Amino acid sequence: MWRRAPDMDNRDRRVGDTRMRDAARRTLMFIAALALAAAAWEIYKAVGPDNGGDLLGMHVLPKAENRAMPHIWEMLSRFRHAEVRGSHRTIFDSVASGAWYSFRIALAGLALGTAIGFGLAVFMARFRIVERGLLPWLVVSQTVPLIALAPLVESWGGRLHIGAFTWQPWMSAAIIAAFLAFFPMAVGALRGLSSPPPASVELMASYAAPWRSTLWKLRLPAAVPFLLPAFRLAANAAVVGTVVAEISTGLRGGIGRLVLEYMREATGDPAKVYTAVLGASVMGLAMAALVASTEKLVMRNRRAGAVA
Amino acid sequence: MSTTNDSPAVEVLGATMTFNRGRANEVVALDPITLTVNAGELVALIGPSGCGKSTLLRLIANLIEPTAGTVRVNGKAASQARLDGDYGMAFQQAGLFEWRTVTRNIELPLELKGWDRTRRRERASEMLDLVRLGDFADHHPWELSGGMQQRVAIARALSFAPKLLLMDEPFGALDEMTREHMQGELGQIRAKTASSIVFVTHSIPEAVFLANRVVVMSARPGQIAAIIDITLGQRDELTREDPAFFAHVTSVREALRGLPASHGAGVDDR
Repeated sequence: MWRRAPDMDNRDRRVGDTRMRDAARRTLMFIAALALAAAAWEIYKAVGPDNGGDLLGMHVLPKAENRAMPHIWEMLSRFRHAEVRGSHRTIFDSVASGAWYSFRIALAGLALGTAIGFGLAVFMARFRIVERGLLPWLVVSQTVPLIALAPLVESWGGRLHIGAFTWQPWMSAAIIAAFLAFFPMAVGALRGLSSPPPASVELMASYAAPWRSTLWKLRLPAAVPFLLPAFRLAANAAVVGTVVAEISTGLRGGIGRLVLEYMREATGDPAKVYTAVLGASVMGLAMAALVASTEKLVMRNRRAGAVA
Repeated sequence: MSTTNDSPAVEVLGATMTFNRGRANEVVALDPITLTVNAGELVALIGPSGCGKSTLLRLIANLIEPTAGTVRVNGKAASQARLDGDYGMAFQQAGLFEWRTVTRNIELPLELKGWDRTRRRERASEMLDLVRLGDFADHHPWELSGGMQQRVAIARALSFAPKLLLMDEPFGALDEMTREHMQGELGQIRAKTASSIVFVTHSIPEAVFLANRVVVMSARPGQIAAIIDITLGQRDELTREDPAFFAHVTSVREALRGLPASHGAGVDDR
């Protein structure tokens, strides 16, 4: 009585075409957005006041002179220059290796934060009483200023010696990144794990399914549309946490430190600091791209637009 | 007690259910209820909203424990019957897991009971044939119409061949045409599987068309107002136009009307 609709076989191909077009459109939009930002920068430079200006009685308009706002092409050409006069190492080399170093720390922090956040969410979903006791403390944890936390983590880690294991300075930065990343994960996962409708929970109960099976076969898959946005937030938090941690613990080798170092030369070479800022942005974009492709992979068998 | 084949499918003995006991918002959902469902019988529970028919079904399923009284399923305590997988359940919302294909939805209870993959696949395809959805094995639930989703839910409930099927308004969310079609399908499935069924519904014609007995319930507190035997024999589409069918519909309606007027609300005549 219900026959397979004739266009079902073409469905996959059509979906493929749409995806290609979507990807092309998104790439174009991205390039357009970059061009727009660059144009806005240059237009402000052309028309803005050289010494900054007042708006409604407050000194808010930035200075448009070359020392405060170098030309875009100035920044880009800086990448080819030697980092230190006479060295073979270009600024590009330094920025790229710094961004890669920070990226790996952020990834470690994201992995740790995701694991901890998810573990806490499972624990809270299992025992309502834990949720009531723990959740307010998680919220409080996010109000602790990172600048205060960084030296503490550094000194605790420094005292840790387990067998052959010695604390590496980068681990402190990863811990701080994880400290920021775990929170959105815990909150999002808790919402997701509690999202199945009562009828589905009753269905599992009618099969006398133990809690573990209900978690694995119902709550976890139902939580996926909630986990993805949480993961996106956690990835952003891990990037921000890494850069801030590098600056406040004085960790060398990462992009955060590079921003700080180039800033000291800003009076003599204002374009240089922007190379590091661009490097940090590219790192953030790489993380966003990684998260987006994870989403695509996880949601490939789901209804379109099912992400909460 | 023995668990021989002749023990009734369901025995409810003086079961009561009180929610929020001892608090200001205490609700007596069920006054002592005594009801027996014989093996192979289809009993429909009908009554106004809040008469406790869904509560009674949940008691039988051991999803909630009675405040007093006992519930036995297939001659065992309801809790044991639940652990043994003696019944399957279907709700008003099909409640399919949207991340699973149709086949894997049907396999869900079999996975939980530890069946191996080959046996699961085999049984799922038998079930799909039973509900005539063989072409949709690898589709996802959102690609199916409401009626088809409900048939998958029934296939899932029947997949491990339980002796008892508990259905809570399974066709309540379907349009009239699909609903009548599904009633016919359920009749055929029942003939093939010989299971006992407890069926909660809001619809008088549905109750009369499907049931061997219709249990009419009244609200606040929920209790059994009347039990009406339906003597229509083998049902088919002509049954719906049979004068005897209308006579039964009328007697169920009168049993419902016999309730105080404020309790009659919420029952469809369709």
